[in-house]
Amino acid sequence: MSGFIYLFRTTEADQREAMGTPERAQRSMQAWLAWIRELEAKGHLKDPGQPLERSGAVVRGKKKVVTDGPYAESKDLVLGFIVVEAKNLEQAVELSKGCPMLEGAGSVEVRPVMEGPLS
Amino acid sequence: MATLLELNEHFFRRESGRMVAALTRIFGVHNLSLAEDVVQDAFCRAMEAWKARGVPENPSAWLMAAAKNRALDIVRRERTARTFAPELGRLLETEWTLAPLIDEAFTANTIRDEQLRMMFSCCHPRLPEEAQLALILNILCGFGASEIASALLTGHAAIEKRISRGKKVLAGARTLFDMRDAEFESRLSTVRRALYLLFSEGYHGASAKAAVRVELCEEAMRLTALLLEHPPAATPTTYALAALMWLHAARLPARLDSEGELSALVDQDRTHWDARRMEEGLALFERSASGEEVTPYHLEAAIAVTHASARSLEETDWRAIVSLYDRLMALAPSPVVALNRAIAIGERDGAERGLEALHAIADSERLARYPFHPAALGELELRRGHREAARKHFRVALGLARNDTERRFLEKRLRSSADV
Repeated sequence: MSGFIYLFRTTEADQREAMGTPERAQRSMQAWLAWIRELEAKGHLKDPGQPLERSGAVVRGKKKVVTDGPYAESKDLVLGFIVVEAKNLEQAVELSKGCPMLEGAGSVEVRPVMEGPLS
Repeated sequence: MATLLELNEHFFRRESGRMVAALTRIFGVHNLSLAEDVVQDAFCRAMEAWKARGVPENPSAWLMAAAKNRALDIVRRERTARTFAPELGRLLETEWTLAPLIDEAFTANTIRDEQLRMMFSCCHPRLPEEAQLALILNILCGFGASEIASALLTGHAAIEKRISRGKKVLAGARTLFDMRDAEFESRLSTVRRALYLLFSEGYHGASAKAAVRVELCEEAMRLTALLLEHPPAATPTTYALAALMWLHAARLPARLDSEGELSALVDQDRTHWDARRMEEGLALFERSASGEEVTPYHLEAAIAVTHASARSLEETDWRAIVSLYDRLMALAPSPVVALNRAIAIGERDGAERGLEALHAIADSERLARYPFHPAALGELELRRGHREAARKHFRVALGLARNDTERRFLEKRLRSSADV
């Protein structure tokens, strides 16, 4: 078994769509809970990651330009990550297909965690 | 890791109404959109925190704490630039009164009181009834504009307009309705009317999706129960309103049969009636009986009681029902009441008399788009053996059907009038 990070990305508009009303927010939440639970039940959830605040800053370029919030380029909003365990990339990709964000404009970036001696 | 706690159905929607009430207490009703932003923010935080770790043990307290912290930040940051609740005035200015005030705003009692005041404010006499309903559904029940539009069969843009106009009226008043106001009595009656309409909309619902929208009925009942918790509002008339809701709601499980199809009272399996709700409804009806006043709510509740206490259709006391409809016609005449009265006469005196009563309805053009008028004609024609006439009426009814459930129901009636 190897470790993979799922990096969740979406757009601000899609996030608004998913959370737009309490009913929709609850449906999104329930879809997530169901998906994560399934990963967990099958022994694939290694780490639930860390929830991220929606505020923050982006520092860019040689001039170290600081912009408020991660929304500066709202076409690509990083929502957070989890760590899963899978046999190989194929399985990790397959498992990611249940992510509720894929119902909207979101994406899941699946990245193997580097293994072997690191130094 | 992710716990197996489930969120109750509509949990976010309900919590939204409660949080908006608490936040309005702090921010003032003119800052309603700020309160809504804070609620939205609490939901987004919950999403991030819970989605991979599971729902906390007390999700409601979690959300309230998130909203409280956010409110505290906002007041601290903006108290010099913005005016918050005029009722709290200077108390928000100093740190040592601010935190306790915010805690107090989020207690169960304050939330209940503020929801009541909000309900009375939403029923402002300057707002047309449909705007009152849209506002109640939006602010107190947490429905979005498009959800309200599909529940009330209205366009999205129209609902948005109603909500934003309504919120302007609310904001203009600066504070929520004062429950000790001299206008309390008259406002209470407007509130009851709005809740009655909300319930009927759900029960008789002309929705494209489903004929019975249980959610609207449940919201109307929840808010009526809230009204009964406030002693000055818990009058015999309010009890009558509650009784009629509970007794009708008890029949909801039988109104749609096992295939989700609309089922006429005649065909309803009475063992599917909700016995607990029925009992509660009867208890509420008893409490409505004190005092002199007999309102249309009393009469409608009494009709529901009469239906409820019959073990079968044959045992129904149609004499009592007709006479209750007579009194209802005298008190609050409407074509729909006249239609139901005619149906009851048909049951009491036979199809011929029922048809006479149906044809005698004075303003039947107001019923022209109501499918159950021709359907009732069809039913009675069928009963006296005039199949051709019955089919004609059922076809008219079918043309007026407002949703698939009604359509399938009427198609079934049409087919059964063709069978020999």
